[in-house]
Amino acid sequence: MIQIQNVSKWYGSFQVLTDCTTAIQKGEVVVVCGPSGSGKSTLIKTVNALEPIDNGDILVDGTSVVHPKTDLPKLRSKVGMVFQHFELFPHLTVTENLTLAQIKVLQRNQEEAKNRGLKILERVGLSAHKDKFPSQLSGGQQQRVAIARALSMDPIVMLFDEPTSALDPEMVGEVLDVMVQLANEGMTMICVTHEMGFAKRVSDRVIFMDQGRIVEDCQKDVFFGDSDSRTPRAQDFLRKILQH
Amino acid sequence: MSAWDWQVFCKDTIDQAIVASCFGSGNDQSYLDWLLSAWGWTLKVSALALVLALMVGICVGVIRTLPHRTLALAGDAWTELFRNIPVLVQVFLWYFVVPELLPAMKRLPSYFLVVCALGFYTSARISEQVRAGIQSIPKGQLYAGLAMGLTLAQTYRYVLLPVALRMVIPPLTSEAMSIVKNSAVAFAVSIAELVMFARQASEETSRDIEIYLAVTMLYFVSSLGVFALARLIEIKVKVPGFLGAKQ
Amino acid sequence: MNLDFSFITGDLLVNYIWGGLKYSVLLTLVAMAGGIVLGTLLAMMRLSGIRALEWPASLYVNTIRSIPLVMVILWFFLLVPFIIGRPIGAENSAYFTFIIFEAAYFAEIMRAGIQSVPKGQTYAGYAIGLTYGQTMQFIVLPQAFRNMLPVLLTQTIILFQDTSLVYAIGAYDLLKGFEVVGKNFNRPVETYLVATVVYFVICFSLSMLVRRLQKKITIIR
Repeated sequence: MIQIQNVSKWYGSFQVLTDCTTAIQKGEVVVVCGPSGSGKSTLIKTVNALEPIDNGDILVDGTSVVHPKTDLPKLRSKVGMVFQHFELFPHLTVTENLTLAQIKVLQRNQEEAKNRGLKILERVGLSAHKDKFPSQLSGGQQQRVAIARALSMDPIVMLFDEPTSALDPEMVGEVLDVMVQLANEGMTMICVTHEMGFAKRVSDRVIFMDQGRIVEDCQKDVFFGDSDSRTPRAQDFLRKILQH
Repeated sequence: MSAWDWQVFCKDTIDQAIVASCFGSGNDQSYLDWLLSAWGWTLKVSALALVLALMVGICVGVIRTLPHRTLALAGDAWTELFRNIPVLVQVFLWYFVVPELLPAMKRLPSYFLVVCALGFYTSARISEQVRAGIQSIPKGQLYAGLAMGLTLAQTYRYVLLPVALRMVIPPLTSEAMSIVKNSAVAFAVSIAELVMFARQASEETSRDIEIYLAVTMLYFVSSLGVFALARLIEIKVKVPGFLGAKQ
Repeated sequence: MNLDFSFITGDLLVNYIWGGLKYSVLLTLVAMAGGIVLGTLLAMMRLSGIRALEWPASLYVNTIRSIPLVMVILWFFLLVPFIIGRPIGAENSAYFTFIIFEAAYFAEIMRAGIQSVPKGQTYAGYAIGLTYGQTMQFIVLPQAFRNMLPVLLTQTIILFQDTSLVYAIGAYDLLKGFEVVGKNFNRPVETYLVATVVYFVICFSLSMLVRRLQKKITIIR
């Protein structure tokens, strides 16, 4: 479904991604973790071409993100993304947030878009708030709407960029619940996250990054279970985060 | 200085006789008529210039924030050009130089040239406000728009501009009020607006104080009017809970 | 379109333009100095917390800011001779005009500047026994100036542009110099083009300098 091939990226003279290669199959849930500055947020943003890459290629459902003829908006409409700071459009109501891209990108009509949007809003448990503005919702509610917004485009894969990092601890649970539900329904997901509990419970694979490289890329049970065979850096990381 | 003579406004402009109703009839005109007509010209020139300034200024402001470096730099150059020349010099430029360089412009009425001068001068300042407004929006909003599959143009249209434009209503109000004040430079090329009236009428009637006071009052009223209109617009487009509006 | 710039000689520049340029620059500097002093005073009045001081200052600032500069120039040209009792030339009346006018704009800038200095600084001044005047003079105003220096300089560039409006009373400034040349040599197109370039070069270089200064100040902080 998604193939990342020898991807490298520089910000000026600083190399932020070095020769990253991996592949994600349909239905897989992959967690990407690592220390700050390891490039994990950058890597996930290259998948839907929000950040351009300097070397290598990324294939999303067979379409290359670097090919000059690729219709990027079309590609992006198939890839759902959820951001750390929710990024709901503050001047639009919840319903309008859900329908904007459906109408403008997928060319659905108003009726269709609204129905689809509200159906998904119900799935995340927020139907009552359909006419509110984002500023009238709590952080957890906003993030759930953001997930609904991405889902209403009927994407083939969902990307999560630290979806719970900006939330108060008591709201993290409600968002993770939605994500777990999604995973159980078979959605292909790539999650950059610090929530190791979530990773242990729901992921299939874990990718560990450090200083722009993919250092570990293995099955969840191997990553968490057989820690002695992991690289020293990964062992170090696991020791520190699993203390809590 | 002799005592006040507010009757001057009721005088006929040609024979200085006092007209009963203070408004002239037929071909005769009282100073009051003239004052009001001059006010009309001030407002007309200001309004047209504001429309031009907003259209051009918002476009250039947007262009200056685009990822295309050359376009953005061109926008910056445009802004620097029009910001660093005094407005009166720009009026002379449009009035004396442009018709020579572009003969087609000779056929246009002179107030149109003043509108261009005022409009382009103010567009540079407006582009600065709009640029700052757009750049103050967190990058995440741009990413969110693009991530949903919107093109850059759609993201600007539906995500960035609605927010940026609401943000810059206060500085734009200030620019609109400035345009009314700057329209005064039109006197230098004989447009029949308020300052022109002030100079000529005070010369004719020697009642400088009364004339100047009346003109000043009208500038006040115009400024207040613009301010009130802008407040109304700001209230109409407010989004609950956003940018300080009530929930 | 026949542009002929050959009539512009060194002599011409000295005879017609130099005098006007000197006046424009002098007017700018006088108005800047006077305007900042008066403006700072007005700003302090508006922030004093004393109604009797706040009201007049606010009235002054808001009134001046609502009237076109050209009108203010005309008003002063009319009134100043009455006030000081004798006739006064256009060039001289402009000095008064611009100080009074620009003070209203500098007042707003200095008000923002004073408010940008954390209140704690004022408290610290009082705590070590300084009076209000001393606290302002030695602690608050120096910081306010540092903070607002780029804005003050930008306003001065705008002031320089504004001086061209003395055209309304026939004062002989840089622009008038160009106008006279244009009329005398019957070449308005070339003259106004040169005038545009001259003003642009002056204002643009100054604003580039201000931008450089702004970067330096930010680092020092």
